[in-house]
Amino acid sequence: MIKLEGVTKKFPGMEKPAVDDLNLEIKKGDVCVLVGPSGCGKTTTMKMINRIYEPTEGSIYIDGKDALKMNPIKLRLDIGYVIQEIGLFPHMTIEDNVSTVPKEKKWPKDKAMKQVNEMLTLVGLDPEIYGKRYPSALSGGQRQRVGVARAMVSDPPIMLMDEPFGAVDPITRAKLQNEFLRIQERIGKTIVFVTHDIDEAIKMGDTIAVMREGRLIQHDTPSDLLSSPADEFVSNLVGRNRSIKRLHLIRIHEILGEFDRPTPATEDMALHEVKKRIDESDIRSVMIVDRDNKLKGIIGINDLKRKTGAVAADIMQELDQSVTSDATLNDALSVMLEVGEGYVAVVNEDDQYQGTITLGDLLNVVKEEG
Amino acid sequence: MNKFFRWAVIPLLLIAAGVVIVIYTVNNPTDGLVARALTYQNIMTALQQHMGLMFVSMFGAIVVGVLVGIMLSRPKLYYIGRGVENIVNVGQTIPSLAILALFFTILGLGFRVAVFALFLYSILPILRNTFAGIIGVEPSIIESAKGMGMNPYRILTRIELPLAFPIIVAGVRTAVVINVGAATLATFIGGGGFGDLIVTGLSVGRSMVIFTGASLAAITAIFLDYVVGEIEGRIVRWT
Repeated sequence: MIKLEGVTKKFPGMEKPAVDDLNLEIKKGDVCVLVGPSGCGKTTTMKMINRIYEPTEGSIYIDGKDALKMNPIKLRLDIGYVIQEIGLFPHMTIEDNVSTVPKEKKWPKDKAMKQVNEMLTLVGLDPEIYGKRYPSALSGGQRQRVGVARAMVSDPPIMLMDEPFGAVDPITRAKLQNEFLRIQERIGKTIVFVTHDIDEAIKMGDTIAVMREGRLIQHDTPSDLLSSPADEFVSNLVGRNRSIKRLHLIRIHEILGEFDRPTPATEDMALHEVKKRIDESDIRSVMIVDRDNKLKGIIGINDLKRKTGAVAADIMQELDQSVTSDATLNDALSVMLEVGEGYVAVVNEDDQYQGTITLGDLLNVVKEEG
Repeated sequence: MNKFFRWAVIPLLLIAAGVVIVIYTVNNPTDGLVARALTYQNIMTALQQHMGLMFVSMFGAIVVGVLVGIMLSRPKLYYIGRGVENIVNVGQTIPSLAILALFFTILGLGFRVAVFALFLYSILPILRNTFAGIIGVEPSIIESAKGMGMNPYRILTRIELPLAFPIIVAGVRTAVVINVGAATLATFIGGGGFGDLIVTGLSVGRSMVIFTGASLAAITAIFLDYVVGEIEGRIVRWT
């Protein structure tokens, strides 16, 4: 899909090339993460694909066509582009921002609006609420979402993303990453993703290209990168605690089926029933759901002893945190550490209970994989 | 209607104040000299000349200033633009009377010379602000526009100019205020305007004539500044 052959970029006045004889092939539908320390040429490489920078030497093929011979304006219209600073246009409403490319492509207005609304909904922003607002009225995370929506709105086959989740706090970041992966699963774009964060690279990438001083050191799947780093530089980059890094690679729904946990109790269940379930459970508590299987709370063994009531709803406690089933095991671990419990409840997008995983489960996974 | 009314209150009050001053001074001259200087005819001529000086020079200054400012902000001319910006900053420090005097020595007397001098003097803040406004647009915004496939012309009209607009209007506002002040000095090189009344008043030693000329010039300045400011506030909604 995207092929870089012997690509070199020298900036005027610089002795060393920023990118040096780079060969890289990215398959259709893959997320390729360019990772490396700052100044390694990863952003420069990405920006040569849509010709924000022109390569000094070498050629770039997109779908077999020579990108350097195409009209750069036409080329860019079919490549979604998200940069770290997002670059939303502050003088335009969110709607107008997102409809930039449709306007450039001269789509009819109703088609453009329909697509804009769909996109905003897809990234989790209600077009009714946010469409007419200006970027200054949005939070950092919301702006990132608008940036992604704007890049995807005309359904380009390729997306270039330069640290698209760089400017938000870690919790929002993990959330945006998960959402993005969920969207990507559905749309299957070819994505070049630039980051300096190896954890993000392992989580997001189908393949990872490690760069250093303008050269490509290793291009491999995350799993191979962890198990067989090409040289010392790569192994230093991925760090010593590689088995923990593996937690980034595995999604909760992949392991959820392996564990046999008691079914959750319902809100109207009598307490002696609840007690039975708690006794069966290895976490000495049981999750409480309502009729729609939505997660409502939890009852621990101590709650049973201390409080009195007739049914589960009377004594249950609310849960502070849960994770979605498409989050990674690392996300689950963070939540456990945050709330200080050895387990976390897993729900789906509609907050319906899917299961529970414990610290022990994570340890088992690490042991098996390692 | 209500909104328009609120917007129009201050300009209408200013115009009313001007009319009241004119009617009062014309009808209650302190002596014959004042009566001869302050006729409706004289004041109308002064008003016409003053407006003529200002509108012609401002119109030219806005057109030329904005166009040259845009040209200088293009990447190829950027370094020339930086140089021009410095020259402009120096030019701005020359007193307006000196500018008029300078053009008098080169081009002689008359309304046209005065217009030309005012035009050149008012270009400066407009040109500088247009250049600075466009240059000041965040590079990330330009880059993402470029990355999405906008051509340079579209980037200019859809991104750079709208974002620079408040700064350009601020430059126009500065130019208007300078222009109105300098226009009263045009009388010294035969340009006419409210300056004529002030100079006449000074030479015959009648403060009523000076007062009329000066207050009308001041009211014009406040009026135009208010109007330009309102236009600015009306168009910029995104901050």
